[in-house]
Amino acid sequence: MKKVRLNIDGKDVEAKRGMTILEAARDAGIHIPTLCYHEKLAPYGACRFCTVEMSKNGKSRLVTSCVYNVEDGLVIKTDSPRVIKIRKILVELMLASAPVLSELASQYGVDKPRFKSEVTQCILCGLCVRYCAEVKGANAITFVGRGVNRRIAFVDEVVSTGVCMDCRECFGICPTGKIPRETDGASFEGITVQDVLARTQSR
Amino acid sequence: MARLKSAADLEQARQKILSKRDPTKPCVTICSGTGCHALGSDKVYEALVSEISKNGLRRRVDLRRTGCHGFCERGPIIVIFPDEICYLGVKPEDVPEIISATLSGNRPIDRLLYEDGDGKKIAHEGEIPFYKYQRRMVFGSNRLIDPTNIDDYIALGGYSALGKVLFEMSPEEVLDTVKRANLRGRGGGGFPAGDKWETTRNTPGDIKYVIVNADEGDPGAFMDRSLLEGNPHSVLEGLIIGAYAIGSHEGFVYVRQEYPLAVNNLSLALSQARKYGLLGKNILGSGFDFDVTIHRGAGAFISGESSALMTAIEGMVGEPRPKYIRTAVSGVWERPSNLNNVETWANVPLIINRGTDWFTSIGTDGSKGTKIFSLVGKVKNTGLVEVPMGMTLREIIYTIGGGIRQGRKFKAVQTGGPSGGCLPESLIDLPVDFDELTKAGSMMGSGGMIVMDEDTCMVDVARYFLHFLADESCGKCVPCRAGLEQMVSILDRICEGEGETGDIELLEEISEVVRDASLCALGQTAPNPVLSTTKYFRDEYEAHIEGKRCPAGVCKALISYYIDPDKCTACGICLRDCPVEAISGGKNLVHIIDQEKCTKCSTCFEVCPTRFSAVVKISGEPVPVVPPLGTKVARKKGKQE
Repeated sequence: MKKVRLNIDGKDVEAKRGMTILEAARDAGIHIPTLCYHEKLAPYGACRFCTVEMSKNGKSRLVTSCVYNVEDGLVIKTDSPRVIKIRKILVELMLASAPVLSELASQYGVDKPRFKSEVTQCILCGLCVRYCAEVKGANAITFVGRGVNRRIAFVDEVVSTGVCMDCRECFGICPTGKIPRETDGASFEGITVQDVLARTQSR
Repeated sequence: MARLKSAADLEQARQKILSKRDPTKPCVTICSGTGCHALGSDKVYEALVSEISKNGLRRRVDLRRTGCHGFCERGPIIVIFPDEICYLGVKPEDVPEIISATLSGNRPIDRLLYEDGDGKKIAHEGEIPFYKYQRRMVFGSNRLIDPTNIDDYIALGGYSALGKVLFEMSPEEVLDTVKRANLRGRGGGGFPAGDKWETTRNTPGDIKYVIVNADEGDPGAFMDRSLLEGNPHSVLEGLIIGAYAIGSHEGFVYVRQEYPLAVNNLSLALSQARKYGLLGKNILGSGFDFDVTIHRGAGAFISGESSALMTAIEGMVGEPRPKYIRTAVSGVWERPSNLNNVETWANVPLIINRGTDWFTSIGTDGSKGTKIFSLVGKVKNTGLVEVPMGMTLREIIYTIGGGIRQGRKFKAVQTGGPSGGCLPESLIDLPVDFDELTKAGSMMGSGGMIVMDEDTCMVDVARYFLHFLADESCGKCVPCRAGLEQMVSILDRICEGEGETGDIELLEEISEVVRDASLCALGQTAPNPVLSTTKYFRDEYEAHIEGKRCPAGVCKALISYYIDPDKCTACGICLRDCPVEAISGGKNLVHIIDQEKCTKCSTCFEVCPTRFSAVVKISGEPVPVVPPLGTKVARKKGKQE
């Protein structure tokens, strides 16, 4: 298959057709930060943290590198001032719900968050939801609500079949640690993991 | 009627319908669009039926329920043909007189006619200024046809464009015609429809879809609704023509569940078209097969976004997906899917019938044809207006809309729906087209146009739209979900009088990221209401933040009411009407508002007789010291100064 040639941060890179900019960059050893990306999962494009600046035919625009496929002649900047500005605001926004991101935030110079905080410890990256669906085929976790009311929740009907008993792989995939932490009893849209596991054990 | 098997059959059918119709025979039409329906046109229709039959006129007078005429606030609307006498605001009790005076006696009824600013009565619909300056080529047939009767559409030449396309033009020629007409998408982005069609046509694949986007969700917008309710066949004909050009045999109409009349009239249209052989297998005997499924939306604004709409058609939650590969290439079930909005499709038969030269002669260099706007807000004549692209805001608002209500001053016009921008008076001579609106920091959107007067607080307006957008955001991507949430909270603070220096800049900083980094058009355009108001009405933000003052007197936390003791006559009206008993006073005693109890509902301000005008609204200044309870009034009730 014909290779695609592009330039990422000044480095000429060869990539396979059909690859995303993010994959091409990683293959070339160039780091683009991500929060909702997982190599086992279909690209989702929700955290927007992997946004990069792309020039094509002399025109520059911002694209999401995890979903944009490589093309010949693209010139990519993974850390231009515009990109850094976006990541700074994004991490500051996420910090308002997940203080666990403070280290990442300070890398972008966010030391004094300016936004109203409502801690949920969840950044809605959807890794748990998608991993459970795409890799495990279980669909035991889902999104509920819309917009600012969007939350993740366990699907009672699925969990009660016992599929979660030997799995718990969502514990390790959760970037904020919300899922393992909340097995201590905090509410998860009314259903806690502990409740769920206790219920499945008693069957 | 039997199934039509050729273009000649269709023409014959048309002649047959026309031969049964006498253009000189009186015909009473009554608008049955949603606006008139809400104002009671059903009852008026019933009265017409019974009165016509009571007077033995059933054979001599036709009665027709038509689609929306657009002048909705003046409904129910009756137009009596052939003279086109137009009656506005008709009530069932007016019907006997309409029959006796106008139908039998040929006399117009003055009180039901439109009256212009000088008191002059206007009898003919087309001469009413609201209609006179419009160019109703897409919307105009609504008033002539009963949308539940396909014969009415055929009588006006309906489906002749389809006949022409199927028998005289190759798909490539159709495509080329639409491209040369430079028809741009009426749903928001203004993307050239012909280019989109070509992409779908050229993408390999046996199954391709064509889709009507009827998920009109902008507050105050109802042009697609009125078109689909009032003239569903025009949309359907455009869709079939598009399918032929693209090589698609299956279509969808994605229509809001909240539009029951549109769903009903469209369903009827589909079944009537199938019966006539205009839809389904072997359309008009041409060998071309195409059929349509109606998909009803479940009430999410975001489902109007093309990729979210297609995800919803697939049966999943309507959330957008990244569109670096266009839906025209990979849409519903990853098949090439061409989506256009209701109004765009309805333009297609016109372009085919009347040609690209005619179409491109209307409008501006970059935007051809007309656009239907939903003109609402503080303007005298509200309703649906169709004007050539390039008409100025001033012409639309003043010439057609009749200017601002109650002699107030124009302040701004918001175009493009919730994520459009607010344009100030300095831009009132802006020609309205896709590019000019975008340049000014707003957009065409689907054609909402909300006029605001001097009593409107622009910070409050921005807050209203941001609340709407934050509520309707699907929540998938961070900038839109979390960014709008923070913007809403900052705007709330400013309106609550808790704004801080730097808030405007912070709003602009978040706006930029929401615009640049959001996944779909909802987020990318959501900052417009904020960015356009901080640009054109920055002084209002500053007044709220620095002066704790709402210049328009809207933001409750920043206003106070008090009673001027020199003007109060102790009439007692405000005391009686105050819903929270915040006013004390008594016979001949100056009335006083307890600021602690006052909820700023404005009741006292509104009920205080204008000849006293004792209740005063203030903002940004302390409430003046009022005399102690028990002070006698200086002015006597009923006495003029």
